[in-house]
Amino acid sequence: MVIAIVLVLVVVGTVVFHFVSPWWWTPIASNWGYIDDTIVLTFWITGFVFVAVVLFMAYCAVRFRHREGNRSFYEPENAKLEWWLTGLTTLGVVGMLTPGLFVWNQYVTVPDGADRLEVMGKQWDWSFRLPGKDGKLGTTNVRLISDTNPFGINPKDPNGQDDVLIEGENLHIPLDRPVKVLLRSIDVLHDFYVPEFRAKMDMVPGMVTYFWFTPIRTGTFDILCFELCGVGHYIMRSQVVVDAPAAYDAWLSKQVTFKQSLVAAANSAKAGKKLVLRATPTDGTETEFARSASHR
Amino acid sequence: MAEVGTEFRDIAPAEVEDVELYHAKSWITKYVFSQDAKVIAIQYSLTAIGIGLVALVLSWIMRLQLGFPDSFSFIDPEDYYQFITMHGMIMVIYLLTALFLGGFGNYLIPLMVGARDMVFPFVNMVSYWVYLTAVLVLLASFFVPGGPTGAGWTLYPPQAILSGTPGSGAGIVLMLVSLALFIVGFTMGGLNYVTTVLQARTRGMTLMRMPLTVWGIFVATILALLAFPALLVGAVMMTLDSVLGTSFFMPSIVEQGELLNYGGGSPILFQHLFWFFGHPEVYIVALPAFGIVSDLLSVHARRHIFGYRMMVWAIVIIGALSFVVWAHHMYVSGMNPYFGFFFATTTLIIAVPTALKVYNWTLTLWRANIQFTLPMLFALAFLVTFVNGGITGLFLGNVVVDVPLSDTMFVVAHFHMVMGVAPLLVIFGAIYHWYPLMTGRMLNQTMGHIHFWVTFVGAYAIFLPIHYLGFLGVPRRYFEMGETTFIPDSAQSLNAFVTVMALIVVFAQIIFLYNMVWTLFKGKMAGRNPWKATTLEWQTADVPPGHGNFGQDLPVVYRWAYDYGVPGAAEDFVPQNQPPEQVTAAAAE
Repeated sequence: MVIAIVLVLVVVGTVVFHFVSPWWWTPIASNWGYIDDTIVLTFWITGFVFVAVVLFMAYCAVRFRHREGNRSFYEPENAKLEWWLTGLTTLGVVGMLTPGLFVWNQYVTVPDGADRLEVMGKQWDWSFRLPGKDGKLGTTNVRLISDTNPFGINPKDPNGQDDVLIEGENLHIPLDRPVKVLLRSIDVLHDFYVPEFRAKMDMVPGMVTYFWFTPIRTGTFDILCFELCGVGHYIMRSQVVVDAPAAYDAWLSKQVTFKQSLVAAANSAKAGKKLVLRATPTDGTETEFARSASHR
Repeated sequence: MAEVGTEFRDIAPAEVEDVELYHAKSWITKYVFSQDAKVIAIQYSLTAIGIGLVALVLSWIMRLQLGFPDSFSFIDPEDYYQFITMHGMIMVIYLLTALFLGGFGNYLIPLMVGARDMVFPFVNMVSYWVYLTAVLVLLASFFVPGGPTGAGWTLYPPQAILSGTPGSGAGIVLMLVSLALFIVGFTMGGLNYVTTVLQARTRGMTLMRMPLTVWGIFVATILALLAFPALLVGAVMMTLDSVLGTSFFMPSIVEQGELLNYGGGSPILFQHLFWFFGHPEVYIVALPAFGIVSDLLSVHARRHIFGYRMMVWAIVIIGALSFVVWAHHMYVSGMNPYFGFFFATTTLIIAVPTALKVYNWTLTLWRANIQFTLPMLFALAFLVTFVNGGITGLFLGNVVVDVPLSDTMFVVAHFHMVMGVAPLLVIFGAIYHWYPLMTGRMLNQTMGHIHFWVTFVGAYAIFLPIHYLGFLGVPRRYFEMGETTFIPDSAQSLNAFVTVMALIVVFAQIIFLYNMVWTLFKGKMAGRNPWKATTLEWQTADVPPGHGNFGQDLPVVYRWAYDYGVPGAAEDFVPQNQPPEQVTAAAAE
């Protein structure tokens, strides 16, 4: 009897825990609410099965416990019942898979006109690159990576000259604009994930992967690495700030481009100083002036 | 249809002579280099449990770190990653696979099909010593410079062989060598199990009269023979990448500012190879558990398993489908995203035969005559935890739902519940069930009940909350969480609670181990067939079964393995080898 009581308590306890637990997903900040909805649907369908099966077991444990002189009922199979149960299960499975695949189709189909953002991962920090005014990211090659060209951008590619580089500081993205996130790693597997965005994809060295999303509320959100990448995996962190349009434009105007970084590097080399990439005004001459001024 | 397996044909006379077994003469050839599958089974089991205890200790240390992050300065990140890797690999491969196939397979297959031993006894013996060597090589990796690999049990390149990962020198190579040895050993064993089932069944034992325990282990072994080669080639290729500098899995890499001498390889290729093995692997663990639990439920509910034929077909179909679902472990790996449609579909399809098995297990309890022995209690606990764990698989299998959940603690909770807790409960139930056969004594009931209740309720209380950490977004494989904007402080209290529960559950296992040893010397004698089971292993002349299993004459089988509660029979069970005249004659008295 104890087992029947415990089975009922397990069911009740699990259901109660689910509804009472404060440990639930963090409020969403992207357009992927459909994923949350699919999860809720899955909970209802599977939850029903869990409760039904375990309560049925508890009932049998009481009703059909061993009693002296009793024998079990001999019925080796009941094909009709088994096919019915198979059919109902298939319906339940289809009920979960269909919306799931619809949403997955959306997930792999980037909307036209989405912004581009490149995330570059390496052991154990994040860097970001935007296409700049020409809207195109320059090509890159791991073999071009150097102290003065940490992103490995091809200096001969005109598209790359105005790429905006963000290194060692937070990323900002504009509110309500769909963005295709291009993911690149230069050493091992990483995964760019912001739990509030509900979207992620591994970053694989040797290829460029992607996912897309639209941020729907402003705020500052943690970026974590979600694919084991060595002993620093748990401290590979950054933050992304979702800005309203005006704030975003203000932030963008302060970021440095690839061309500016090359100029600054050349000046640093001339002045014998090591380059440190830092947010500076967009006009290259001011940069030059600022650097040589600080040198005096 | 009540005629399943009960037709009484004339049994054809034997056409082939009985096998002449090797008869060991010295102590060494009887108990050390033994060719008797029963001895080999115990060797596998003790070795597997031994190395499993090492992995269990590692898990305590991991839980101490997760539950109380700033308290244990002797655990540093390198150690932590090495521990999670060794814990995972040992538990999945060296404990569960070895115990189900090498342990239970060796002991039960010959006995249950009515054979004297496995068909290749010498190779069977060698297989154990190869397995033991694999275990020793794995343990050796703890003692080499750099220590064991900390790449995660999935061993993904490029990180597994690069300097940012602990054990990327000798540690990973020893791991890969150990796995290769394991695969060689289990191919030897696997050929034995499969061939014995196909060729050495006694007269009257058709495939559709075999107990589900045999079906589960048999199909699992076929899976192992077909899936392990993928792991073997992946291991060889990664060893070459590490030792010779080839680039099977290594693209161009800039590591800590330095361009490495690799190029052109694909990390995703390793993942495909690993999971082509890895997914069938979890069914290699699960299918024997499915088969065994069917028999535990049947014997102790005193009722035939419900829907035996569909149960057999479900095992076969699950086994076949397990080869076409592997990339559900790779939904966010960066592989072509359109594969997600295919693999999500096959993954959710495999849920259907699995659900059918759950229904048939519970329907076995319907109108049964249930005895709440320890094996039955563990079987019921399996049902609860397996349904829970299987259901969370439906979340992860539905590709887009996997996106926020992958690499979170939800995945960790899922696979522990479905592959750790549920099959382990079956192992415990099976030990309580077959211990009287192997030793002639019954395990102590008081210790057994304490073990059961603490393990069942405790393990459930450990892993259920961890799913919710996953929903919060707590990642897996993090040494510590640190500061975040989205995880409440209460999550850390939950972690501490889980750690405390884990330590309590571990103490219950100490009681179980003590019980197994104590009973050998002081336990109550069980007598012959104390559970009144129908299957052949309980019908031997001697208990424990002697060399050659069945004495002078092999049994002849007249019916399926589940004649419990047969109307008109003298007793509430009819052994498989009881001639038909005796069943009805007894009833007529």
